[in-house]
Amino acid sequence: MSINVEQLRREFPVLSQTVNGKPLVYLDNAATTQKPKAVVERLMDYYYKENSNIHRGAHYLSMQATEAYEEARETTRMYLNAAFSREIIFTRGTTESINLVASSFSQKFLKEGDEILISAMEHHSNIVPWQMACQQKGATLKVIPMDEQGVLRMDTLDELLTEKTRLVAVSHVSNALGTINPVEDIIGKAHQKGIPVLIDGAQAVPHMKVDVQKLDCDFYCFSGHKLYGPMGVGVLYGKEEWLEQMPPYQGGGEMIKEVRFTGTTYNELPFKFEAGTPNVGDVLGLEAALRFVSYLRHDVISVYEDSLMQYAMKQLATLPGIRFIGTAEHKTSVISFLFDDIHPYDSGVILDKLGIAVRTGHHCAQPVMDFFNIPGTIRVSFAMYNSLKEIDLLMDALKKVRTLFS
Amino acid sequence: MNIQEIEGEIILEFASFEDWLDKYNHIIESARNIPRIEPKYKEEKFLIQGCQSQVWLRADLEDGKVIFTADSDALITRGIIALLIRVLSNQPPQDIIDAKLEFIEKTGLHQHLSPTRSNGLASMVKQMKLYAIAFKAQTEAQ
Ligand SMILES: Cc1ncc(COP(=O)(O)O)c(C=O)c1O
Repeated sequence: MSINVEQLRREFPVLSQTVNGKPLVYLDNAATTQKPKAVVERLMDYYYKENSNIHRGAHYLSMQATEAYEEARETTRMYLNAAFSREIIFTRGTTESINLVASSFSQKFLKEGDEILISAMEHHSNIVPWQMACQQKGATLKVIPMDEQGVLRMDTLDELLTEKTRLVAVSHVSNALGTINPVEDIIGKAHQKGIPVLIDGAQAVPHMKVDVQKLDCDFYCFSGHKLYGPMGVGVLYGKEEWLEQMPPYQGGGEMIKEVRFTGTTYNELPFKFEAGTPNVGDVLGLEAALRFVSYLRHDVISVYEDSLMQYAMKQLATLPGIRFIGTAEHKTSVISFLFDDIHPYDSGVILDKLGIAVRTGHHCAQPVMDFFNIPGTIRVSFAMYNSLKEIDLLMDALKKVRTLFS
Repeated sequence: MNIQEIEGEIILEFASFEDWLDKYNHIIESARNIPRIEPKYKEEKFLIQGCQSQVWLRADLEDGKVIFTADSDALITRGIIALLIRVLSNQPPQDIIDAKLEFIEKTGLHQHLSPTRSNGLASMVKQMKLYAIAFKAQTEAQ
């Protein structure tokens, strides 16, 4: 099996438009991916035929919706190969998943003088919640450094994992550099010292098969919208043993068993962490996205995306004055670069006029830009529907940028 | 020349370009002629917030006229602020305060450089007017 990109693109209506009179070349997939018809149709079906609040009404629609919602949880469990579906919590996205753990885990387990360990290449979403938790508890945030290639300095890990470390939070794949981090090694080393590990999988899940049991991570977070699903829905996987011990994140309906003014008993997992009416429609949309990706198969998608990446790297390398930011050996689907002395903002403006959507700036990873002492980068990021032809169009556009600014 | 006359000049220049690439080229050309802020003033205090690139802007009052100097690390941004300076620099504070800056719309610049593009066009104009207001207040107080 392989990807027939022409056929695949027909599943994504957004892609067939023109921008500024040019065919849209969408290479900003690390920010968000486009949605296939299967996902949009699932949303429509839900709102046209099934909409109802769940886990409460005894009427037909409510029971249907409840069943569909819990089935989506099971689909997500299978997708990540989690042990139990009660280990799958639906959230608003990666950011909320991380905030949930940072808040709830810290409330119970973080004390003054403790440490949380993150890495030098984290997205702001995997920095700020931990800073907030540390501030509140008087704990310290420690950082695994990286080298000039954008690879984590694993040699520092033994020293950074101390008896004060309460949790390690690292990204599976860096959104600014594309580096695939050796999370198995990090998890292994942390577990030797009994320290749990949270993986920010926002940029990994769209590009590789993730097996949370094989990884043995304690928490895994991702966003639906970066995986061809709707915006506003995401997943937190947590090992039961941790989730059981953690206090609820928010209070409200759904997460309770009994409420009296004298006190409340909380519902069991996963409902304890899903206060209020959940985002049923988008969860079902996410399920459709997971099915869509599973149907195409991750191994097939990876091979195709790797070929796009190889081709793009080879082409980009022919541009005089190009400087790649993030040159790790293990990378996926993200190429960050600068060329000549052209400010990324300047390139971005002109590329946009030429119909090319890329991201320019700091990519919500300012510490990474500070490390390389640059204002930002041009970031090209691929999805399954990108084509070699689009890379050629990108190259033509970059040559125009160069002429304009030289 | 007063503000309106300079605006008219710029509108004419841009009208001669049919291709948007030529318009950008003209902006980039303008960047080369910017009255540069002295390097020692490239500090936090003179940075304009709200731009994707860094923009430093300084103003002095000389003989009742405001003299602007600026710089940016991005060429397009530097070109835009250079055009604004060409229009607003060397003018009395009151004229700067009253300036409608119709050239931004009439050149088609607003459409290429809408505020949502986070180029900080609006922030630059606002900062220049704030300087003018401050100088006016200062002169009146004397
Ligand atoms: C590595 C990484 N972590 C976290 C996030 C935040 O995801 P969201 O904004 O969907 O919550 C992103 C999104 O850019 C990301 O790339």
